[in-house]
Amino acid sequence: MAEAARPRKVRLFLVTERKDKWWVTPLLTFLGLSTFIVYVTWAAFQNANYTFGPYLSPLYAPEIFGHSPHAWFGPPPTWWPGMIPFSPALLILPFPAGFRFTCYYYRGAYYKAFWGDPPSCAVGEPRKSYLGERYFPLIIQNIHRYFLYAALVFIVLLAYDAMLAFRFPDGIHVHVGTLVFCTNVVLLGGYTFGCHSLRHIVGGRKDQLPKDAVGRACYDCVSGLNRRHQLFAWCSLFSVGFTDVYVRMCAMGVWTDARLF
Amino acid sequence: MSKKVSLRIWRGDKDSGEFKSYETEADDGMVVLDVVHQVQATQAPDLAVRWNCKAGKCGSCSAEINGMPRLMCMTRLSDLPEGEPITVEPMMAFPIIKDLVTDVSWNFRVKQTIKPFKPRPPDAPDGTWRMDQRDVDRVQEFRKCIECFLCQNVCHVLRDHAKHETFIGPRFFVHTAALEMHPLDTEDRVPALKDDYNLGYCNITKCCTKVCPESITITDNAIIPLKERVVDRFYDPVRRLFRVLSGS
Repeated sequence: MAEAARPRKVRLFLVTERKDKWWVTPLLTFLGLSTFIVYVTWAAFQNANYTFGPYLSPLYAPEIFGHSPHAWFGPPPTWWPGMIPFSPALLILPFPAGFRFTCYYYRGAYYKAFWGDPPSCAVGEPRKSYLGERYFPLIIQNIHRYFLYAALVFIVLLAYDAMLAFRFPDGIHVHVGTLVFCTNVVLLGGYTFGCHSLRHIVGGRKDQLPKDAVGRACYDCVSGLNRRHQLFAWCSLFSVGFTDVYVRMCAMGVWTDARLF
Repeated sequence: MSKKVSLRIWRGDKDSGEFKSYETEADDGMVVLDVVHQVQATQAPDLAVRWNCKAGKCGSCSAEINGMPRLMCMTRLSDLPEGEPITVEPMMAFPIIKDLVTDVSWNFRVKQTIKPFKPRPPDAPDGTWRMDQRDVDRVQEFRKCIECFLCQNVCHVLRDHAKHETFIGPRFFVHTAALEMHPLDTEDRVPALKDDYNLGYCNITKCCTKVCPESITITDNAIIPLKERVVDRFYDPVRRLFRVLSGS
């Protein structure tokens, strides 16, 4: 490597000559992600009010074991450790959570907002030492593509749940909840199919991009969604939370799931 | 219409320095480099400032304007807060020569350490190659770089952690991507990306993309695809197993 060039000076934590409101974005990121994490943790441990008619909250989908009619394999397993309160959400949430936690967009965002590494561009940092993603523990972020594989399976399952949201005891109808579920799966699809790892897998890994029509279309679609990855990341985060709130409110009788047609 | 502009310009050398205040007249449409030149012409003839094309293409007048790395020639006064002093200082990630001029020669030494382009044998008897336009377009974006080194300056790995000896910085990840993704290139730079260029230090804050005057999507189109290639080679157990089994 080339001989070192020492920087002029290293600024102290939060010291900057920037005059714009540089702290707004990391603050909103901190508040947004914190609110979501707190809500999802609370909702995951509730083990109640997560279904309503044909709806199953995305925080509990797929319900592998559980007491609702949506459960694939019936009631909770006997091997579940007694010291941990059972909830169907705990069986599945590690996969979408891992996908978001290791997502390239979120990584950059929460390193700034939660760890101040840096707090914002050209703003002084709190620590002198730095390991980056070169060493443990953050080298684990390289597992992202495996969470992507799981997320792709989840998209199929959530799309199936969105289809079920049309089926009511008296036939096929569209309720407000149906639109909520469909919007949620579209936004989640936009986020998942715009993943940087997926872009690599469908063609980016090669020096010559796919020549066949299908491969070309896949690469172009993923690249197009990838350009809006940040937007889909936030919209889908909000939609997942809202869909759970919607099901919960309907199940508790607070909101009425109005029929549209 | 002419109006008064206040400037705080960093004056000094590699040993010491401070901000000095200046006031000058500015006309509509002026950029920061214009008023710095005006100060140099009328009040501080010894003020050192590097510039060349005044058109955002040579990458010489990189500086920090109100704390953000920018080209002085491409920063209009009308885009800055009116009535407030404009702070102009040299790039922080490089040693100072004098006033606004920094020594960016480290970048050129880094470039020499990167394996150069090594094309495959020509496709045609006349010594020419055939390439798909899409493959060329992908790496063409990286060739827009004007080497202003604003991305190097804003990268906190260099700016705050001074990893100059072990980390090549976003500019040279763009350069490596242009070579590594080139449809004709046969050189393998992936092990060097991991071990010598230390791509893993990048934590994807996208500050480099934000300051690039050529709007190169540095993080999404160069750095992350290179990270994924490193993952392919070194951190993906299934791919490693596949390579062992297939003997490739």
